[in-house]
Amino acid sequence: MSEENSLPNQLEKCPTGIVGFDEISGGGLPRGRACLLSGYAGTGKSLFSIEFIVHGIEDYDEHGVFVSFEEAPNELATNVASLGFDLAKLQEQKRLRLMHIELPQMMVESGEYDLKALFIRLSCAVEAVQAKRVVLDGIENLFSAFSDLSILRTEFRRLVNWLKEQELTAIITTERGRYELSRHGLEEYIADCVIALDLRVENQLATRRLRIVKYRGSAHGGDEYPFVLDKSGFIVMPVTSVGLSYDVSREKVSSGIADLDYLLNGGYFLGSSVLVTGTSGTGKSSISAHMVQQACKEGKRCLYVAMEESPLQIQRNMSSIGIDLKTPTDAGLLRFHAVRPTSHGLEKHLSEITTEVLRFEPEVVIIDPVSAFAIGVSDETVKLMLVRAVDLFKSRGITALFTCLTSGDMAEETTSVGLSSLVDTWLLLRNFETGGERTRGLYICKSRGIAHSNQVREFVMTDSGVHLEDVILDENGKILTGSARILHNRMKAVENQIQKDGMDRQKQLLEIKRQALEAQISIMRTEFEREEKEIFAQLEREKLRNHAAIDAINEIANLRKNNTISKN
Amino acid sequence: MELLGDFELEDDGTIIWYLRLYITGRSAKSLNAIANLKKICDEYLPNRYEMEVIDLVAKPFLAEEAQIIAIPTLIRVLPEPIRRVIGDLSDREKVLLGLEVKPILPNDGVSNSLK
Repeated sequence: MSEENSLPNQLEKCPTGIVGFDEISGGGLPRGRACLLSGYAGTGKSLFSIEFIVHGIEDYDEHGVFVSFEEAPNELATNVASLGFDLAKLQEQKRLRLMHIELPQMMVESGEYDLKALFIRLSCAVEAVQAKRVVLDGIENLFSAFSDLSILRTEFRRLVNWLKEQELTAIITTERGRYELSRHGLEEYIADCVIALDLRVENQLATRRLRIVKYRGSAHGGDEYPFVLDKSGFIVMPVTSVGLSYDVSREKVSSGIADLDYLLNGGYFLGSSVLVTGTSGTGKSSISAHMVQQACKEGKRCLYVAMEESPLQIQRNMSSIGIDLKTPTDAGLLRFHAVRPTSHGLEKHLSEITTEVLRFEPEVVIIDPVSAFAIGVSDETVKLMLVRAVDLFKSRGITALFTCLTSGDMAEETTSVGLSSLVDTWLLLRNFETGGERTRGLYICKSRGIAHSNQVREFVMTDSGVHLEDVILDENGKILTGSARILHNRMKAVENQIQKDGMDRQKQLLEIKRQALEAQISIMRTEFEREEKEIFAQLEREKLRNHAAIDAINEIANLRKNNTISKN
Repeated sequence: MELLGDFELEDDGTIIWYLRLYITGRSAKSLNAIANLKKICDEYLPNRYEMEVIDLVAKPFLAEEAQIIAIPTLIRVLPEPIRRVIGDLSDREKVLLGLEVKPILPNDGVSNSLK
């Protein structure tokens, strides 16, 4: 999408305001052109079109004309009222014009005709509200009302040209033909943009898909994007399975557990996905809660998708280990999306999660547990759905944590839906039974990009949260946990004490020896100094004697010289 | 006088027909339609008709009111019910059929207007 902005003469886009669509189309529909929207009955064409108009008015201040060749205006208004669209009000405000073209059943045709009056009416409507957007919904009904198809084709071509001349961005909806996108081959005339809507039922899931068949002048996915029609309207899920090009970050997100952060060199990578698996009661939710608490403390928004426990239950349970989730919830930083897994199909679940993500824009998402989705559905389907979820999160730089229940017996290394291959970090919680106790251990099974220890750590839940204790191995290499560990530690402490005592004594002996040595040294030094003094004194005496001798000789010499002189 | 369904028998001379023709400017189709209509009316409804020509180029807002799509469109306003014929009216048979100026006998199997 960023490439679009760098092109010199890019095609200008008209944003539709439809959740997810503007993303996948690089900004919306081509401005000033007509777009063909094709699909069987009930695939959502009218809804897409009316949303295009309403969002155009409310979000972009572009007025619109909605021409229906099928539904009467009041029917349409009623149908979309539940989405919060007040069409009557928009019409009163002269921002919207709803037109219903009545097509008389059997019109007698005598001689030649054209559809100029339709143009005139359309023109009037566009002028009346100064429209920039137009929808022609169900235009192929025109074709059934008139018998001369060649006239209709000519007029249709003129209509498309007229729309372009008027610089109107238009959506023209058609019913899907058997092999073609429209029953009368209209796609010939609309070359710029063609979108197809589809509704399929596979694996007991009704899936709706949108495909951009053609989009001239713009790079587009070409893939099918799933979408849903829910209580807030048309939602396209902007995830594709093609292309794994996300921005990657080297930043870390704290897990909220200091010991775990240490093991992971700072925490989870930003935008990565984490899987926590374990049998029931091993503490998976606590790991999630820690992450959430930490993120909220840093002011990040978190979305907690709870599939098994109610939000209040989670809050209560977590407060017993010292994690406060109520405060961030009240502050609006933590949002719970609690839903029963069997309440509706996977597609709907995914769409709800997607909507929440697109609207709430969290930086952290928890799905607890993901294994709940697998109830009553094939594993393959669940995995497919989760691939898309992971895709969605990665593309938005959301750090995601999934918890997954495992059956425990032998399948600990494999999760029920083969999820471990999808995620970047995999933490495995396992119960140990030693010395008549059950304690929990945490393994870092996998951690892409982080060098991690392969040793298990004991996972202890205290009222100040989760702590990871180093694992102790006894002489036989057996892991000691719980009270066995405490006992071992005590023994160790005693041993250490004994050792320490022993060492202390040794130190004392050493000290005595040193003192003795020092004393000896000091004696020797004193001796030495005395000798030194002696020698110096001797040297001094020698020197004096020499001086005296020399002086004596000089004296004698002087005396003799003087005598000689005085004799003369 | 007997009214069978909604059409007039030719012999009845009391009802005045009121016809409205929608055209756009002075195009060939529009002019032809006017001419053809006049001819038909003079022949089949001498002195019993009133013809109004509405130019949508001059008065575009009237198109919406009357729900006009094709041009030219001829509407029989009176006698009721309303009937429509579209085109330049060059096919006389069709016009007569559409306006139901020509009587349609019950056993014709073409009747489409009985209430």
